[in-house]
Amino acid sequence: MTYKVIGKRVKRVEDPRLLTGQALFVGDVSLPGMLYAAFFRSDYAHAKVISIDISQALEIPGVVGVYTAEDMGDDWEPGPPLVSPPPTLENVVFNSRRQVPLVKGKVKHAGEIIAVVIAESRYIAEDAAEEILVEFEPLPAVVDLEKCLEPGSVLVHDDLDTNLAAHLIQNKGDYEGARKEADLVISRRFHLDRGAAAALENRGIVADWDEKNQHLTVWDATQSPIPIRNGLAARLGLRTHQVRVVAPFVGGGFGPKIMMFYAEEMVLPWISMKLGKPIKWIEDRRENFYATTQEREQIHDVEMALSKEGHILGIKQKFIHDTGAFNPYGLTTPLNTQSHSMGGYDVQNYYSDLTVVFTNKTIVTPVRGAGRPQGIYIVERMLDIAARELELDPMEVRRLNFIPPDAFPYDHEIIDQAFATLIFDSGNYEPAFDKALEMLGYEDFIKNEQPRLRAEGKYVGIGIVPFVETTGVGPYEGARVSVEPSGKISAATGVGTQGQSHMTAFAQVIAEQLGVEVSDVSMVTGDTAEFHWGTGTFASRGAVVAGNAVNAAAGDVRLKVLKLASKILETPEEELVLEDGMVRVADKPDQSISLGELALLANPLRGAVEPGTEPGLESTKYFGPAFGATAFGVHGMILEVDPETMMINIRKYITVEDCGTMINPLVVEGQIHGGVSMGIGNAYYEKLHYDENAQLLNASLADYLIPGSTEMPHIEVHHANTPAPNNELGTKGVGEAGAIPVPAVFAQALENALHDYDLEILETPLSPNRLYELLQKKEDNS
Amino acid sequence: MENTITVSVTVNGTPYQRSVDPRTLLSDFLRNDLELTGTHVGCEHGVCGACTVLLDGEAVRSCLLFAPQVDGHEIITVEGLGTLDNLHPLQEAFREAHALQCGFCTPGILTTLVPYLEENPNPTEEEIREAISGNLCRCTGYQHIIDAVKLAAEKTDP
Repeated sequence: MTYKVIGKRVKRVEDPRLLTGQALFVGDVSLPGMLYAAFFRSDYAHAKVISIDISQALEIPGVVGVYTAEDMGDDWEPGPPLVSPPPTLENVVFNSRRQVPLVKGKVKHAGEIIAVVIAESRYIAEDAAEEILVEFEPLPAVVDLEKCLEPGSVLVHDDLDTNLAAHLIQNKGDYEGARKEADLVISRRFHLDRGAAAALENRGIVADWDEKNQHLTVWDATQSPIPIRNGLAARLGLRTHQVRVVAPFVGGGFGPKIMMFYAEEMVLPWISMKLGKPIKWIEDRRENFYATTQEREQIHDVEMALSKEGHILGIKQKFIHDTGAFNPYGLTTPLNTQSHSMGGYDVQNYYSDLTVVFTNKTIVTPVRGAGRPQGIYIVERMLDIAARELELDPMEVRRLNFIPPDAFPYDHEIIDQAFATLIFDSGNYEPAFDKALEMLGYEDFIKNEQPRLRAEGKYVGIGIVPFVETTGVGPYEGARVSVEPSGKISAATGVGTQGQSHMTAFAQVIAEQLGVEVSDVSMVTGDTAEFHWGTGTFASRGAVVAGNAVNAAAGDVRLKVLKLASKILETPEEELVLEDGMVRVADKPDQSISLGELALLANPLRGAVEPGTEPGLESTKYFGPAFGATAFGVHGMILEVDPETMMINIRKYITVEDCGTMINPLVVEGQIHGGVSMGIGNAYYEKLHYDENAQLLNASLADYLIPGSTEMPHIEVHHANTPAPNNELGTKGVGEAGAIPVPAVFAQALENALHDYDLEILETPLSPNRLYELLQKKEDNS
Repeated sequence: MENTITVSVTVNGTPYQRSVDPRTLLSDFLRNDLELTGTHVGCEHGVCGACTVLLDGEAVRSCLLFAPQVDGHEIITVEGLGTLDNLHPLQEAFREAHALQCGFCTPGILTTLVPYLEENPNPTEEEIREAISGNLCRCTGYQHIIDAVKLAAEKTDP
């Protein structure tokens, strides 16, 4: 299909507002009579609350009120379960324990809220929060993923007799049978640790209950305004039409701004209704480190069975996933790990045993990649080790095992995070892989450059890793597109935007259908007053699910336009073209009518609208895929390590990405760059250090290091295109892709660079310090 | 408020006078008292650079200054660089090169780069990376920002 606007590097329509400081973020919302909230949070990760004394706080001038769990009475209830466990699997254990608005009885992770102060300014509210006196009885903290399951362990949830949050087994084929046939069986243990999403904008909420209008408006830096609206209405005893949730410009999401029902999201609207006043709270960075969700901590015991030629005969893994103190988001993240631990390979025998545990750490929900980086790390590390033991070319081993292009749709016979069967819709892996090797100059590096540099005493290594990403999952999204009497287009969809360029990309889809300029389309995202069906922005699904809903709605408007124009121009529809905001008779440019005129005619003030038709040139459509669209990619890097300081220099970084049809390649490249940056953080800089008391030791941006401009390499991006067969646009998601393979590529390149040390890397994130320790251990052992 | 202090300051060419609590951060003063919300606050401990403004032409972190400290001085914020209809050449280049995604860090990066480019009109890639090394961006991986700076430098270079 030849497109005119889709696939073009269109400049973004949202940019001028963002560039001039005119874009509205939640922190910019200011309302008359607005009050401010500050929270008293527990410093302890695990402690009984003996008493709370708010009397001194209440005496501070400007304090309006202080609230604790007791004040909420019957309105106190845990957050709603968001993604219940898979109904299609047998013998699933799932103990649902959800976060609470204000602590009652026992603190379960540091940063949980004991009390909230409402005052005339943020300064006063924070002063008052310091005057709250809470007596705690500290308890030993549950930290270790394995010890917490031992008999007699301290319990996070006393009403459970265990710290087990979930257990399930997914099985395909016959691993034990395959193992017997194997020439080589390798087994390894992997430790994967936690990181933060660290969006530059912290979370924020402004809740405004209008008593006279009986209406609640909430501005929320969320990725999912619609579920938040529905949940708030249910909790607060309101009809859904009485609640409007607006996610205006949101300063980065990366997962944790998902529909979590954070404590603050539950408490502040409730207080606004009590007081009849607007209330504002903007999270500070320290709160963000304790109270905003995190991800990635897992321990894996993995076995891989192979033939001597390098064919994967089977994979078996038993892994523990830390969900933190609560598990509102169900099993999404570890199910993704299960789905990605076979990579893009044809694995016939797979056994995956998942245990999820509660600990006294911050709650875990998806962070960009959402369990996938762990899966890819496991399978790619195992392949590197297998290739070494079999003395095979690691790249050949990968080529040998790729799912071949004629095997799609490829049914993995297990369930994915959406509880649907894990089916890879399409792919063509080998050409993309070859392209990556070529871009990185693999052959030449191995044969010539590396020996030359090693002779100079340089520690340089190369890494190449392919990966898959399941994207574009359901349930559905929708969109409304209308032609205004001005001839301009207004459109809305439920997914909010946190930088993904929705206002431009979706406008491109509409412009393509209706023959208008991208700048003529005004796209509203993330405002429930404009569109209130949908789930949100997550799981690399915007361009696929919302994109195709927008396409369907715009396509339907196009049909309406053609039908009406055909009547007025007395010309068959097939002879009409839509361009420049006009409908023209092909080859007769003087016979035409503008979209604006048609919109007026479709909505007459007098006369009759024909029975059975709708007024206006407007349509609302939905798109819900049966299963997702699987993207593919290959990342490669050439890395140099300074053996004195353990600092690294990434000399070259390349990616080949196959996300099907690209709506806007400029935007796709931006997504990849950002993903890689987060991936590099996950590989070498970003680790949340919890101590034995479940205290986070590096809760500031001065201590938790996210990559800066001097840590990032130049990234070369190449696009491959295998269009998704199950959606009209052919799009696959790409929002998370960039982050997924990076720790695996990094580990491979690092081992290669430190060839002399014969190092085997079985953990991530690393750091210069940790690498030094690993090398010291090596030396001590030898 | 009992204990207040008067701050007289010129922001984006407009003189302002306000009575504030002496401990008011410059970032809060700009955002709340002057309603110039283009200056963003990302960490409030001087690391992320989102709150960068120009104080007498020099890039500073407004979260690390008290409002009374700028009494009698001149501030430029992102709102003072260009307008919706007439973007600053650097803003235009940012748009051209897709140098922003969520846009939250962007005001601080622009205000860091404007004086930098005045003194270094033709920076190398390495120099650009150094120049923005005190500004965190979580979306772009910095690459398109670097492209944008090069583009702006080329365009303004006679």
